[in-house]
Amino acid sequence: MTEKYLNDISEIKDMMNRSSRFISLSGLSGILAGVYAIIGAGVTYFFLLPARDYVVLHSWNFKMMFIVLFAVATASVLTAFFLTQRKARQNNEKIWDDTTRRLLINFLVPLLTGGIYLLIKLNNQHYGLTASLMLIFYGLALVNASKYTLGNIRYLGYAEIILGLVCAAFPGYGLIFWTVGFGVFHIIYGSLMSIKEKT
Amino acid sequence: MGLIDGINKLFDHRIRLGIMSILMVNEQADFNRFKELLDVTDGNLASHSRTLESAGYINVKKSFIGKKPNTKYSATPEGKLAFKAHIVALEKLIHNT
Repeated sequence: MTEKYLNDISEIKDMMNRSSRFISLSGLSGILAGVYAIIGAGVTYFFLLPARDYVVLHSWNFKMMFIVLFAVATASVLTAFFLTQRKARQNNEKIWDDTTRRLLINFLVPLLTGGIYLLIKLNNQHYGLTASLMLIFYGLALVNASKYTLGNIRYLGYAEIILGLVCAAFPGYGLIFWTVGFGVFHIIYGSLMSIKEKT
Repeated sequence: MGLIDGINKLFDHRIRLGIMSILMVNEQADFNRFKELLDVTDGNLASHSRTLESAGYINVKKSFIGKKPNTKYSATPEGKLAFKAHIVALEKLIHNT
């Protein structure tokens, strides 16, 4: 009889989780996102940063940096999407349902707020804190979305926020902090997740 | 049974247990969502949800999206209380044995 009760309890937990939480992103997508970010940062550092050490708005370099950033973001999102879809199919779960929609809304509200804010600031020549703000808003987006995910994405969010704040205290090192936050942290997080997936 | 150990007979069934679990953490859910999560036939789901509805544990709201009928379910406050009591009873029984 106890067995049946235990079964009931685990059924309750399972239903509550499956109906309210999005399947976790695969660890591999985290690792790949980190790799894209490091490649992007490398390209920026070696080819696009002018020798004078500051970037002129609307210059060729500046536009190229934007394109690199956009490419990194797009590649990461596409990778995450395809790998998650594959994982969902393996587990016989649907990728697009109420939970996914809530997850995306919760993720996008802080992220888009930050993105638009940054664009406005950039237009006014304020690009000093760009890396710091990107890290902070991305971290907030992760923490906010973590309510709807399985896994420990919340801690990645906290780490990004802290890094963003530290970054704000060291102006001029934006690219390094950006590379750590979007590159190294993603790789560490992705590796931890994929170890957990296998065990 | 029942009154003594706190086990609620109404929740003593996989599908009704599932419906309540989902409605505890989701403000509302519709018919198709249940079908997808619980892996259950239309008739089965309809009859179990009716049982819970007549007990006053869930609300059923029927409407149309375009021409398609859409049925939305939500848990009533009494339903949530009853389900919580049921979980407490389950846990007690597990720990006592």
